Order: sequence, then structure tokens, then C-alpha cells
Amino acid sequence: MPETMTLIGGRSSRQGTSLCVGKLAGEYVEVASTVEMNAEDMARLGLKDNDRVRLRSAAGEVIVRCKARAAKELPSGLLFIAYGPLSSRLMASDTAGSGMPISKNIEVQVEPVTE
Amino acid sequence: MSDNTHIVRDATCTFCGCVCDDMHLTVDVAANKITKAENACVLGRAWFKEHGIENRPFALVAGREASTEEAIEEAAQILARARFPVIYGLSDTTCEAQRQAVAIADMIGGNLDTTTSVCHGPSGIAFQGVGESTATLGEIRNRADLLVFWGGNPAESHPRLFTRYAVTAKGMYVPNGRKDRFVALVDVRRTPSAAVADLFLQVKPQRDFEVLWALRALVKGRRVDPAIEKLTGVSLATLEDLAGRMKRCRYGVLFFGMGLTMTRGRHFNSGALLALATDLNEYTHFVAKPVRGHGNVTGADNVVSWQTGFPFGVNLSRGYPRFNPGEFTTADLLGRGEVDAALIVAADPGANFPQRAIDHLRSIPVIVLDPKPTHTSQHARVAITTATYGISVAGTVYRMDDVSVTLRTALPSPYPSDEEVLTRIKARVRELLGGNRLPAARAA
Repeated sequence: MPETMTLIGGRSSRQGTSLCVGKLAGEYVEVASTVEMNAEDMARLGLKDNDRVRLRSAAGEVIVRCKARAAKELPSGLLFIAYGPLSSRLMASDTAGSGMPISKNIEVQVEPVTE
Repeated sequence: MSDNTHIVRDATCTFCGCVCDDMHLTVDVAANKITKAENACVLGRAWFKEHGIENRPFALVAGREASTEEAIEEAAQILARARFPVIYGLSDTTCEAQRQAVAIADMIGGNLDTTTSVCHGPSGIAFQGVGESTATLGEIRNRADLLVFWGGNPAESHPRLFTRYAVTAKGMYVPNGRKDRFVALVDVRRTPSAAVADLFLQVKPQRDFEVLWALRALVKGRRVDPAIEKLTGVSLATLEDLAGRMKRCRYGVLFFGMGLTMTRGRHFNSGALLALATDLNEYTHFVAKPVRGHGNVTGADNVVSWQTGFPFGVNLSRGYPRFNPGEFTTADLLGRGEVDAALIVAADPGANFPQRAIDHLRSIPVIVLDPKPTHTSQHARVAITTATYGISVAGTVYRMDDVSVTLRTALPSPYPSDEEVLTRIKARVRELLGGNRLPAARAA
């Protein structure tokens, strides 16, 4: 059963440094396709570091690798991903007349990818 | 490293909006690389190290290698033919290049927008509604004894904001630096920035507005229901403590990031924070500063404002500028499939925009100016390699506090600057159109 969680897109040091190498280069691709997840949430879903998970929002879905974060860094139910092409696929295009698509706090369904 | 090195002192890093202008660069001339960037943060070191002169095609037109001249001709033809073109990006290039982009938009009666619209655009809307109590980073460095960082993670996105301008920096009225300042961080997760804070407020997602409004009430001496904790995750006692400190400080600052602008509420969140700063000026001196991401996104706001009267999301199709976020902002124009050509300067909407917008971008002729290949350039009709500003291109940029900074170069580049390419595109478009395109109604 997929679980509903809240996805936050944002910047990280590695995203920033790998961006300078190039957005099509390996490190940036890896950084932007890894989601950080509360360690207890991962255990409950039967996930360990580097396992694949499917994130599905109202706008689209992506498959990314997951990485555990302690509860004091990332509360249960919260996910963090570095901005990039994959996080963009989960963003809806409506901006509510502001010009800004919702890029943080996106509701997503999370489920392990087993195949 | 070869023996043929030279030092460029007081160069400027344009990776982020801090625009630190105290870089001492060691240049390996033979290797065409910067080998050392003294004073740079981790992001600045990567910026200088990875922007050496690469052996790339001068341009690609429809995927085949072309000269810059051929690419400029094709770009001008696309823009002259288009009925509703958009010019977008501009936050990682010089003010001189931004000026040329505005002139092209004016000439072709196009739409002009910058990455501000998907950054602090909502704050720009809030500024117009609420106003901005502002300061330079130098003033903050020398005076601020209370700092609140809200919805941002400068430790990873703007590392030297803490050390050069705010938290640990020693200043005229805060001679002991960190010891003389109280620092609070507000975020939905405990980021590495929390390590510098005396107080960390972990807010539930999408509850920033409620916390800001509660602080406004407390600052004004109004009663707040203790149930605020259940709603926001922050106890009333914590909010009362922070409100009291904010009122008692000598000089307070609210730095705010995209934790406010990119989430539900958008400009209302930024507006609530700006209103809180205004309220606090009844008791002490308080300022609010958006923490800006790209090296010259603040310059883009300034240039587009002084040229058109508006900071972003400007439409010139009637022969005069109109500003309307949601209508003339690029994510919306692309998402609705309205524009029929795009000129993208130093930005990558092909990676950063919602999928529907990217799908439309891939269906129209796109011109990209960028030093490196991007997701957008991969699908562009015309991709022109340009030199990197602040490394191979001199010019002017604006720091996040609207202070202009002059760039100096370290590496000569074989590639033209964005300004040069845009100036030549403008000249060719003028030839093709015979001057500014007249608005449709008047042309008829």
C-alpha cells in the first residue's frame, strides 16, 4: 500500500557543487534522483539506503533512490529531494495566478519499487 | 599545475546572491583553469574550478554544429517570425546582457520574464502590497543583534551569508560577532543551518503563515490561543519568547527563503513576514531581506524594473509594458501552451519547470544561450555557447541587497558574451522587422 507523505524540494551543498560540473553529468543526476526519507518511515516500508521508490503526485510520477535521515533531521512523513528534472515532474503547472508552481510541500504517494 | 600562473585579486563569485567580491584566484594559464579560489565557500570553489574553458561547439542549430554567426541568424529569424515569443532566464548573466534582452523583447513585442518568477516572485508581489523595510548586507553585518532565518538553508545554499555578512561576522556595533547576536531559524526540517541557531522553530509544513500571524499578534500585545501549537508545531511559550526578543533587540533582521514563496500561500506568506517587520518598527529597528539564489537575479529585477517599470512577468505586445503574474509569467505561458518561441538566457526551464510547461517548450523553436549544455539546450533549435560571467566576462551584477558589484575576468574565453550575442541578435531582428514591431491593432 502506498503511503501519503509530503515532499520538499530544495537545495543542498552537493547539488550546488555538482551543478557546476554540469546538469547532464553523473553526480548531478545522482544527487537530483535521490530522495531523503525518515529512517523509521523507511524501515516501515521495508526500504534500505539506495532502494528504489516510486513517488506519485497529482501531476506525475518518478522513480528515485532513497536515503535514510534521522528523525531529528527529517520528521516522519516528510521527504526531501534536491531540485532537478525529477522533482519538477511532480510539480503541477497551475500557479494560482502567482507565476510560481508549488515546488515545496507536494503531497506524494510513496511505495517501494520491487520489480 | 604549470609554472605559468597568475593571481587575480578581488574577483567576484557569481554562484549565489551573496556575490562575494573578495576572491583571490590562482589561474593556470596553460591549462585554462582556475586552480584555487581563496576565500571561496564550497560552492564558490566548485564554481571557479568547473568553469574553465571547455572545448565545446560555438553553437548548435537543429543539433548540428554551427558558427555563432549562423546561430545568431537563425535565432533572429525565429524571433522575427514569432507571434508570441517569450524571453526568459537572465539571472546568471550581466546587467549589460539583461538590458539587451529587454530591448529585444520591446522590439518584438514579446513577453519578458526572469527566474525571479519561480524564486522570490511572490515576494516581489508582496513588496508591492506591503512594502519593504530593507538594508544592505553591510548594515546588517555592522548592526544586527538579532537574526531570524525563515524558510531557508543558507549553510548549504549561501554559506558565506553566515560568515561574511551576518551570524559570525564582527561589526561596528557587534564587535564580538556571534556572541553579540541572537540567531533563530524557522523551517519544516532541521537543516545544517540549525547548527548556528540559538533557537530552532520546527514548523509543520504549510503553517508558516499561521506562525507569522501569531507573532504579529504577540508583537502587538494580543492574546494567542495556546492551540497554536497543535496547528503549527510551535508552542505559544516559544512564540512569546521570540516575539519578546524581536521587540527588545536593537536591530533585527528577517532573512527569508523559498520555504515561504514556493509553498501554499506564496505571496501571502512573504507579505505576512514583511508586515511583521513593519510591525516591529513600532518598537525597534527591523528589516526584512529575501535571500536570493542566482548570482544576478537581483540585477534582473533591477534592470527589468528600470527598463519597463516592473520586475518580472512583463508583456510588451501592446507596445507598452504590462505586469501580471500568472498571466505573463513563463511557467504559466508555457503550461497553457500560449507562446510560440522562446529565447532562454542562462536558465534551465527544461529541468526546473512543471512537466506540462516542459512539454510545450519542446514543441516550439527555442534559442538557448548558456556556457554549458543543459536540459533546455538539449532540445533547443538554437544553442549558443557563451562565456561565463564573472570568470570570462566583465560587467555589472547586483548583490541580493541591491548593491551593484563590478566583475573582473580571470580566463580569456573564445566564446562570446551573452551581451555580445544578444546585441547582434537585436541588430539582426531590427533589420528583419525594420524597427520595433507595431502592435497588431495599430498595424492594421
